[in-house]
Amino acid sequence: MSTTGGVRPIAEGLFEITGGEPRLIVARCASCRELHFPASDTCPYCGDPCDTERVGPEGRLRLFTVVHRAPPGYRGPVPYGFGVVALTGHRLEVITRLTEIDPARLRPNLPMRLEVAPLYTDDDGQAVLSWAFAPVAAAAS
Amino acid sequence: MRPVYVAGVGIHPFGRFPDRPLTDLGAHAVRAALTEAAIGRGDFEAAYCGSVYGGVAVGHKILTRLGLSGTPIINFEAGCASGGAALAVGSAQVAAGVHDTVLVFGAEKMPRGIIRSSFFDPWREAAGLAATPAYFALRAQRLLSEGDVTAEDLARVSVKNHDYGVHNPFAMYRKSISLEEVLNSPVVCEPLRLLMLCAPNEGAAALVLSARPGPGRVRVAAAELRSHLSGSVLGEHTPLSGLGDDAVPPPTTLAARAAFTQAGVGPSDVDVAEVQDTDAARELLSLEELGLVPVGGSGAWIRGGGGGPGSALPVNVSGGLLSKGEPLGASALGQIVELTWQLRGSAGPRQVPAARWALAHTVGRGANASVVLLCRD
Repeated sequence: MSTTGGVRPIAEGLFEITGGEPRLIVARCASCRELHFPASDTCPYCGDPCDTERVGPEGRLRLFTVVHRAPPGYRGPVPYGFGVVALTGHRLEVITRLTEIDPARLRPNLPMRLEVAPLYTDDDGQAVLSWAFAPVAAAAS
Repeated sequence: MRPVYVAGVGIHPFGRFPDRPLTDLGAHAVRAALTEAAIGRGDFEAAYCGSVYGGVAVGHKILTRLGLSGTPIINFEAGCASGGAALAVGSAQVAAGVHDTVLVFGAEKMPRGIIRSSFFDPWREAAGLAATPAYFALRAQRLLSEGDVTAEDLARVSVKNHDYGVHNPFAMYRKSISLEEVLNSPVVCEPLRLLMLCAPNEGAAALVLSARPGPGRVRVAAAELRSHLSGSVLGEHTPLSGLGDDAVPPPTTLAARAAFTQAGVGPSDVDVAEVQDTDAARELLSLEELGLVPVGGSGAWIRGGGGGPGSALPVNVSGGLLSKGEPLGASALGQIVELTWQLRGSAGPRQVPAARWALAHTVGRGANASVVLLCRD
């Protein structure tokens, strides 16, 4: 993918790479302690203020599908994997793109790992980074 | 609170009408409902219109086209439950004695293909997180992985609803399909195939609600709307019931409980139901969330002929959205039109014998759920 115009995240405040490891930027409620992602300043569970934390990169697959037709506004390749991943060690499930597009290679509880990679090149020639989860075995190979 | 009655119904067929503007579709349904109620200009005190893609002042445009403006006209958007939202408010205004007669209608012309929804920020669309059928698919997968529902059971729902749709002149698809055809149709999102998903389309439906009883008038025993509780959504700010924590009741369950309490009846009293079937799995999940089928029991229910003609509870006898297609703002009111005919005994080949209590259900983006109970007194 062309990176002649530089690289940018698909949106600010979603993820970061620290020490070579990708992390999701999530919010934890100061009152009820629930986590949510993407992070906002107000808890969607109780309405109280939140602080940000970093979580990941490990998780487990809960639900999955494969999207065969590009939905409106989508700029990446099809087909693509799509699902729900539970972050290891946290009470947090996130909706996410999956790197695996063969449903036969996905199953509930499969160990997954966060990845940040270019998804498409925008109209200014910039590579746009987004996050996805990959099966751990596939990520290692 | 006063009883509320359906004094007249009207519907424009659901389908694709490239030569007819939205105002014509709405006007057709409104005119039919007013004719049936034997009322005209000045005979209703307020109008409530459901629409999602209709744009600015859609209800005003439709009633102006008919020379029927002058009353308060309010437009409602609540995703797939838009018509249910219009009905909940219109019905409450009559019940409370604010108005004696109101017009409730819905009209829609949907773009083709996967629904584009301004609910999603542009970056979410670009990232591939705005794929509505993919969320449906995750919910279907959950039903398949956590219960005894199989892909064949999902296909059975499509077959049942298409069999009913053959007899509905207002449906978009009026052809029976086989289990094999459903299971061999193209995969849209695992495990959902093309013939397990409803098509967004065009149409309109209208009702006149009145405080006065009369011959052929069906009573609106409850019209409840509920949004989701915090925690019944994934922490992604993409509320869609059926994915999150089981411990939190989804909006459909909340609306159903409120409606049954309001009407003073229970799920076992329902003789015929029209429930949200935007995809085949949604029908099964809807029935479980409504309490019409035991939780975890919908696979056995559909395999045992549940919902079909002559069964204990015929479901989506209009053909459902799978046969009719889904014009978002009109779909909930289309259900009420069908159930009014059912309770009057005028549903022709689709008639459920001696139906007395009917339930209508829609659930939309938000998440918002509408449950309506109708009764033949």
